[in-house]
Amino acid sequence: MSTEAVTKTGYARYLLIGGFFVLVAFLAVGLKLDPREVPSPLIGKAAPVFELPQLHEPDKRFGPAEMRGRVWMLNVWASWCVSCRQEHPVLMDLARSGALPIYGLNYKDERGAGLAWLQQFGNPYRLSAFDAKGQVGIDYGVYGVPETYIIDKRGVIRYKQIGIVTPEIVQTKLLPLAKQLELEG
Amino acid sequence: MVRAAVVSMMNVLVILMVSASVAWAGEAAPSAPEPALEKRVMAISEELRCLVCQNQSLADSHADLAIDLKNQVREKLKQGMSERQIVEYMVERYGDFVLYRPPLKATTFLLWFGPFALLVAGLIALFVRLARRGGSAPEALSDADHARATALLDADNPAGPR
Repeated sequence: MSTEAVTKTGYARYLLIGGFFVLVAFLAVGLKLDPREVPSPLIGKAAPVFELPQLHEPDKRFGPAEMRGRVWMLNVWASWCVSCRQEHPVLMDLARSGALPIYGLNYKDERGAGLAWLQQFGNPYRLSAFDAKGQVGIDYGVYGVPETYIIDKRGVIRYKQIGIVTPEIVQTKLLPLAKQLELEG
Repeated sequence: MVRAAVVSMMNVLVILMVSASVAWAGEAAPSAPEPALEKRVMAISEELRCLVCQNQSLADSHADLAIDLKNQVREKLKQGMSERQIVEYMVERYGDFVLYRPPLKATTFLLWFGPFALLVAGLIALFVRLARRGGSAPEALSDADHARATALLDADNPAGPR
């Protein structure tokens, strides 16, 4: 074999090894991505309009139109949702701090079960809208409960959290965002 | 004896088959009053991803949300929305992820054409290699080499024809 041929195969070997590491790098990054984090197309768009009966007072209704001019949080919850139980103390703390008004969307639940749940664990919500059929949930692109939205004064969705809101998320994302949105016109 | 056994087995089979089909018909009847509509619902559902189970289409999934979304598709069809409008309705809410076939746009360019680019690159590499090998292989034998080869062959196989 000529020396030229030797360097050529050496080159090919490096190329192969390099390719292998590129592949490994892709897989490593892929492992860190959470397939459950579906980017919401609703961010930056107006919060879908709804008018639902309230959970506690079925005669009264609630819709995002009432919240114009205020920064608020919409939290989708259900009594059958196990993760909501885990998230619940965080919402209680946030409600106590008064930094952000929390409104609930009681999603595909039974009224009695929802009321009992709040009775048992405490109610962090100013009020909850009662979405028995999950129609409003579909409009908001809900596919896993709990989900949380931050809506600005103009009624635009600025943030969406799929899954549990943790104390870290409250400190690093929700509160700074709420402060910033409060300053907006 | 054997014949009787076979006949009775056949009877059992027939009864089983009939009862199974009756049971199936009974189950399917309430959900599928309009087969044409149901067919369209299924066709659209096959293009949409079940967001809860992720690796199933809406059509395959029995998750709660998937059933809700299928009902949604059915309602929209009844309202006279086109298939395209319904798919757009879903994308507006759940994003491109809800589509089983990702749309062709700048961010998905690599996804769509990456494999073909790899294939082309592989073919080019293969041809380059083959061309190089082809260039270096044929080396003319000198007369002396030829004579030596003949001598060796003769020595190996003295009985054979020359």
